[in-house]
Amino acid sequence: MSRRLWSFHGGVHPPQHKLESTVLPVIPAKLPERLILPLHQHIGEPAEALAAVGARVLKNQMVARATGFVSAPVHAPTSGTVVDIGDYPIPHPSGLNAPCIVIEPDGEDRAFDRPRVGDYRQLAPSALRNLIREAGIVGLGGAGFPSYIKLNPGKNVGIDTLILNGIECEPYITCDDMLMREYPQQIVAGLIIIRHALQARECVIAIEDNKSEAFRAMYEATLGKEGIEVVQCPTIYPQGSEKQLLKVITGKEVPSNGLAIHIGVVCHNVATALAVHRAVDQGEPLTSRYVTVTGNGVAQPRNLNVRFGTPIRDLIVQCEGHPEQLSRLIMGGPMMGFALHTDQTPVIKTTNCIIAATAADIAPPKPVMPCIRCGACADACPVNLLPQQLYWYAHTEDLEKVQEYDLFDCIECGCCSYVCPSNIPLVQYYRYAKGAIWNKEREKELADIARQRHEFRQYRLSREKAELEARRAKKKAALAANKEKPGKRAANDDN
Amino acid sequence: MQFNTPTSPHGRVHTSVTTVMLRVLYALIPGTAAYVWFFGWGVVINILFAMAVALTCEAAMLVIRRRPVWQYVTDGSALVTAALLALALPPLSPWWLTLCGTAFAIVIAKQLYGGLGFNPFNPAMAGYIMLLVSFPLEMTAWIAPQMLLEYQLSFTDAVVAIFAGHLPEGLPIDAFTMASPLDTLRTQLRLDETVGNIMAASPVFGNIGGKGWEWIGGGFLLGGIWLIYKKVITWHIPVAMLGALFAIALVFYLIDADTYASPWFHLVSGASLLGAFFIATDPVSAATTNPGRLVYAAGIGILTYIIRTWGGYPDGVAFAVLLMNMTAPTIDYYIRPRVFGHGKD
Repeated sequence: MSRRLWSFHGGVHPPQHKLESTVLPVIPAKLPERLILPLHQHIGEPAEALAAVGARVLKNQMVARATGFVSAPVHAPTSGTVVDIGDYPIPHPSGLNAPCIVIEPDGEDRAFDRPRVGDYRQLAPSALRNLIREAGIVGLGGAGFPSYIKLNPGKNVGIDTLILNGIECEPYITCDDMLMREYPQQIVAGLIIIRHALQARECVIAIEDNKSEAFRAMYEATLGKEGIEVVQCPTIYPQGSEKQLLKVITGKEVPSNGLAIHIGVVCHNVATALAVHRAVDQGEPLTSRYVTVTGNGVAQPRNLNVRFGTPIRDLIVQCEGHPEQLSRLIMGGPMMGFALHTDQTPVIKTTNCIIAATAADIAPPKPVMPCIRCGACADACPVNLLPQQLYWYAHTEDLEKVQEYDLFDCIECGCCSYVCPSNIPLVQYYRYAKGAIWNKEREKELADIARQRHEFRQYRLSREKAELEARRAKKKAALAANKEKPGKRAANDDN
Repeated sequence: MQFNTPTSPHGRVHTSVTTVMLRVLYALIPGTAAYVWFFGWGVVINILFAMAVALTCEAAMLVIRRRPVWQYVTDGSALVTAALLALALPPLSPWWLTLCGTAFAIVIAKQLYGGLGFNPFNPAMAGYIMLLVSFPLEMTAWIAPQMLLEYQLSFTDAVVAIFAGHLPEGLPIDAFTMASPLDTLRTQLRLDETVGNIMAASPVFGNIGGKGWEWIGGGFLLGGIWLIYKKVITWHIPVAMLGALFAIALVFYLIDADTYASPWFHLVSGASLLGAFFIATDPVSAATTNPGRLVYAAGIGILTYIIRTWGGYPDGVAFAVLLMNMTAPTIDYYIRPRVFGHGKD
C-alpha cells in the first residue's frame, strides 16, 4: 500500500456484527403483494406522480417525475397496476405518512424498453448527467442526495480526487461489502463513467480493513486500469462519513459550511457507481438495491436484492424472523439509523439495512445520570467538538451559546452518546437544539416578511394619504387661484 | 406491528458512572495496602467508617432533595469521596474527625451544590481543608510508621484508639503524635537546618522521602497507571501535575540544595501521587479538554510546591486542587480545541 493515509480526531469501535449477514448468499427478495413507492425517497423536492390509479405500468417505467433541481424520479420496480396513490407510512424519523404510489404486481415482470445510449463518451456532459438524473439515481450510502448534481464539476473547478466510498463503517451493515464482492467489474465500470463526467485526476476506492474479500475483488477488478487505486483503511467509526473519509484519503478538511467539491474532491458510494453503470451502459433505472436484513430477530440474517416499495415485514418474514418478537426495528445502522414505528414501511432508495433487534442486540436504556464532565464525549467526537458543553447549552436552551460552540458542525454520528457513562442522549439534545434554532430563524423570517409587509403598507397608506393631500392642496390652490383672479378667468372665458 | 422509536444511537458502551467509580476504588487498593502495611489498621477503619458516613449522608440528602435515592447511592461517587478523604487523614484520627469531614464533604461540598456532577470543588478536598483549618492539631498528629514502633498495633488497638481515644499501654506518646515527613522538614528548615541534615537526623525519612511513603506513593502510581490503561482517566492531569511539581522543585533544588528538598522528595511525599492520579483527576471539578487539563494540573503542581515551601501548611495538594477548581471554568472557556473544518489558527 503506497498511499499515505491520514486520520481524524476521535471515533469509536463498536462491536461489528458484520459476519452474521455475510454467510448466506444474496438472493432476490420475494415479490410482495403490493409495492408501496414513496414519492420522496431522496433529499430535496418530492417527485410528482405521473401514473394514474388503474394505469398499467411496466418495469423500469417512470411513474413519478422529478420536480425542481434537487429531486429524483421514481420508476416501477416491476410490471403491474397502480391501485392507489395516497398517504402511507414512509421510512422517516417523524413516523408520518406521505404520498406513495401503490403498485399491484402482475407477476410477469415485463420491462419497459428504454433506448440505450451507445458510447457515453460521445455524450455532452449535460446529456450524461440528465441520463443519470432520469434514471432516478441518488446517493445510495444513506443520504439520498440526487447523484447527477455531484457529477457536475462546475465551472473552473478541477476535480483532483474522486473517492468511491466502500467504507461501510456502521456496524451490522454489509450490503456494500456483498455488492463489491459480487459486482467489482461493474462498480469499476460505473466509477469510470463518473470519472469521465467529472474529469477527475485520480480515483481512490476506499474500503475498511474488515472487508478483505471485497478489497481483493475490487483490487483485481482495477488491475490494469490507470489512475484507480484501491486502499484499505483501518476500521473506525465514522470513517464512512464523507468529510472524515476525505480527511483520511487526502489529508484535507472540508471547510465548515463548505462542500467537498470546494476543495476539489467528490465522493460517491460504491452502490451509486453500480447504479450509474446500469443506467448508462444497460439503460436500467434504479428500481432495486441490496439491503442487509440482520439482528437477532431474524433466524437467517443475510443480504437481499430488494425492489423499492417492498414492505419491511416481508423481508423479515423471508429471513425467518417474527416481527412480533422484536424490541426495536431499525432502518440503517445502530449508530445513525432510526427506529421505525411500523413494519409496514417500505424499502426506499436509501434503505441499506434493516436491523430486527431483540433485547440481545440492544439493551433497554439505562437511567440517565448527571454529566460527570469526564470528557469521554470530546475524546470520541470526530469533529473535535465539545459535546459536553453543547449538551449543557442545549439543555438550558441557550441557543446562542450552543451555536458559538459550533453546533452546526455536528454530524450526529452518535459517538458521544455511545461512550457517555451517564447514558445521556446527547445527540437527541443536539437535534432538538438545531430544530429549535431553525424554527426560530423561520419565525424570524416570517416576522421579518410580516414586518416588511406592514411597513410597506404603512408606507403605501401614508403615500396615498400624502398624494391625496397633495391633490387636495392642488385643487384648493387652483380653486383659490380662481377665486382670487375672477377677472382674468372671465377675460379668458371671453376668448 | 408497532414498535418503539427511540433515537439513535441504538446501544452504547457498557461503562456507567458506577463502573467508573468502582474502578477508581479498585485502583486505590495497592496504595492503600502499602499504607496499611506501614501505618496499621487505622487506615482501613477510617476508610470503612468514612464510607458508612458518606452513604448515610448521601441517602439522607437525596431524601431531603427528593431525588431517586437508590440510583444515586449506588453510583459509587460517595464511596470514592469517602475513601479519598480517609486516605488523607492521619491513620489514627479520632472518629469524630472523620465524621465531620465526610459529612461536610457530602452534605455541603457535594449535595448542596446539586449532587453528582454539579460540585465546583472536589468534595474530599473541601472536607479535608475544612478539617485542617478547624482542627490543625488533630490533623497533623501522625502515627509513626510501624517499623519505627516497638509495639505493633493490632486491629483492636486501632479500633480502640479511633473510637475511644485510648492509646495502647506502653506506646510512647511521641510515636502517636509524630509529624509527617513534610511537616518535619518544614519545621526544621525554619530552624536553619539543611535538608541533608534534617533527613539524616530524623527517623521519619527514608531514602528519597518519608519512610514508607515511597512505597505508598508507588502503590498509588501503580493504581493510577491502571486507571489510565482502563481509560478512566487520561495521562494529561497526572503527567502535568507531577511534571510541573518536579520541574519547579528541580529549579530550586539546583539553586540551593540545602534549603530546598529534592524534586524526587516532592514527588513521593505527602499527597503528590495520590493527588495526581486520584484527586486532581476528579472530572467533575477539573478542566475538561485535554489541553485545558494540562494547564489546570500544571497549576496544581506549582501551587503545591509554593504552599509546601513557603506556605503555612505542610502539604499543599488540597489547597492547590481547590484553588485550581476555581479556575477550571475559565480554563474551559479559553482553551477549546480547533473544530474540524475550521481555520487552523
